[in-house]
Amino acid sequence: MAERVAVVGIGQTKYDSVRGDVSLPGLLREAVFRALEDAQLTLADIDAIVIGKAPDFFEGIMVPEYALVEALGAVGKPVFRVHTAGSVSGSTAIVASSMIEAGVHERILTIGWQMQSCSEAMWALSVTMPFQQQLVAGAGGYFAPYIRQYMQRSKAPDDTGVLVALKDRLNALKNPYAHLHEHGITYESVKESLMLWDPIRYSETCPSSDGAIAMVLTNEAGGDAAAAEGRQPAWVHGTAFRSEPAMAAGRDQVSPQAGKDCAAAVYRQAGITNPREQVDVVEMYVPFSWYEPMWLENLGFAEEGQGWRLTHDGVTAMDGDLPVNCSGGVLSTNPIGASGMIRFGEAALQVRGMAGEHQIDGARTAVGHAYGGAAQFFAMWVVGSEKP
Amino acid sequence: MRDVAIIATAQSKHVRAATETNEVELIQPVIQEATERSGVGRHDFDFTCSGSSDYLAGQPFSFVMTLDAVAAWPPISESHVEMDGAWALYEAWVKIQTGHADTALVYSYGKSSPGDLPRVLSRMTDSYYEAPLWPTSVDVAALQARAAIEAGVTSEQAMAEVAHRSRTAAADNPYAQLTSSPDPAALLEQDYVADPLRRHDCAPITDGGVAVVLAAGDKARELCERPAWIRGIDHRADGHHLNFRDLTAAPSVAIAADKAGVAGGKVDVAELHACFTHQEQILRNALGLGDDVEVNPSGGPLAANPMMAAGLIRLAEVANRIHAGSIDRGVAHATGGHALQHNLVAVLEGEG
Repeated sequence: MAERVAVVGIGQTKYDSVRGDVSLPGLLREAVFRALEDAQLTLADIDAIVIGKAPDFFEGIMVPEYALVEALGAVGKPVFRVHTAGSVSGSTAIVASSMIEAGVHERILTIGWQMQSCSEAMWALSVTMPFQQQLVAGAGGYFAPYIRQYMQRSKAPDDTGVLVALKDRLNALKNPYAHLHEHGITYESVKESLMLWDPIRYSETCPSSDGAIAMVLTNEAGGDAAAAEGRQPAWVHGTAFRSEPAMAAGRDQVSPQAGKDCAAAVYRQAGITNPREQVDVVEMYVPFSWYEPMWLENLGFAEEGQGWRLTHDGVTAMDGDLPVNCSGGVLSTNPIGASGMIRFGEAALQVRGMAGEHQIDGARTAVGHAYGGAAQFFAMWVVGSEKP
Repeated sequence: MRDVAIIATAQSKHVRAATETNEVELIQPVIQEATERSGVGRHDFDFTCSGSSDYLAGQPFSFVMTLDAVAAWPPISESHVEMDGAWALYEAWVKIQTGHADTALVYSYGKSSPGDLPRVLSRMTDSYYEAPLWPTSVDVAALQARAAIEAGVTSEQAMAEVAHRSRTAAADNPYAQLTSSPDPAALLEQDYVADPLRRHDCAPITDGGVAVVLAAGDKARELCERPAWIRGIDHRADGHHLNFRDLTAAPSVAIAADKAGVAGGKVDVAELHACFTHQEQILRNALGLGDDVEVNPSGGPLAANPMMAAGLIRLAEVANRIHAGSIDRGVAHATGGHALQHNLVAVLEGEG
């Protein structure tokens, strides 16, 4: 068992609120061909395609991958569709990785995408169902009370979220693919932006984006071949997903057990005993600014109640010793069904030394993280520049 | 590859409309039954994977609520596919192959009754050129049936015989929805629903679910008297656009059959996910099954067709016969999309 897995190609589209210049197949192909070019492979070299996206209602197309088979060169090949809430394309990368790890396939193209401009995603997430608790508040309305609970428990300064949003949006200026490029953003402009769901302000909220990311994963031989040609692969050191129910007695939505378990599992596989010391860079799923300190604690980078200190001390800034979301993160780019894989892909870019202007020099070990549902689905991977 | 087997299965009693249960209530007893039969503790599965469709449930992220049907607290290692449960089983099989799991719970379910299923399935077509025409699943199947008849693959007489044979066989299936049929001659006197398809040529609309437990190697032998070993499993897609496809054949089925090793031994039984009578012969041809191979002794999808579950049920039906010792080797097929676009083939065997 246990074939080693390497990421040898990564391609992203330009993310935007409306990518009206391309069709749906065109959007995916923009990412796919960039990933293939990076991997120095063609569609003909690909054994299987693993696709993830958030609900089909967002575009109004039921299982859209069936209509994409020709555009993805997948006729006669295995096509696999994963769907696990907001963590979906992180899960998708894990499923693709496991197919290589299991020795079932040698070269897989995996894609995460969403064309959110086709609908109003926030309301599509909170439809009214018979006999079910009605939310009708969007994701921000759902998570705001848990953020307030975090603030109360941790006694974090009120402007922690402002600092996170400012950092991520400034990082995004270094990422040409990022959706939001807010050149004039300042501490004051974030703080004075409209309060949407107290304490979440407009500028502390993720945008709604169109976009796709594709990755080419190979077995050890594929990774070695890329390395021999001078193209650094990212080696997968561990993968894990964990789920818990939306409602369960004793469940803590501020720091969910599933997130802790997911991190513990992935660190165990990667041989990480002290994540704060051993991890060089993190791409975590922060759709609302306050989730940076919350996940820092949940994933074991800070003691309970202390995550906000890392933000305030600049530890999570690009020049800090645990940079978080150098790409600009979900706060700058959020095609929901791609956002998880973008975290995984950006982590891989860092250890490949290919993150461009937002590269952290010497990054050797990186964590990609995604979550979804009512903070109940978690997917993570650890990638490194060296073989596991 | 590790030896992996289906060690237990359970199904709901399939019905036209489960009006008094939601999806969680429908699938929970099925999961409970499969779990009890497997001997694996409900908190002891290394991995859980499910298949369902938001478009059937009418709700984004509909699978989130069915986490309530499994023991997901404390948290579990879990995944979901927006495909038939047969592909959830495939993901679980892959997970066991990686060595990260030795046991897995797989389930899938579909409640088609709240909507107009053939029209809902029209949303599965290409959104630019085909979906605006609202082609229903029956419309597309009728095009395929016409092509198959004209190519000499099947005939309306042969199709009526498939319908009669399947639903008569289902009399022995306690989970089946339709369990009897008029004679083929009487069936052929009925009007067309979509020429050349008559009502009997189409699978019924069904609410139901299925759960399956997988285990590896010695764990399977310990828990199950006669495990149904997955000797080969593969899945493939054909193109989507009808004008690019030869609808009278299923090339992706032939590839999957080859990879799964269907031709490597005698096939005692084949359970085929043929939702329309004409598709049985197309599948027999692609799988290389002779006329002597018994197909769909359970009645198949023509007797009960819970969307997203009917494919996994094919694997369960073959496994049940191996568990009972009535067959040694069987083939299961699952499909997704219109006109057999996406196909999975598995070969199951008993030991010895």
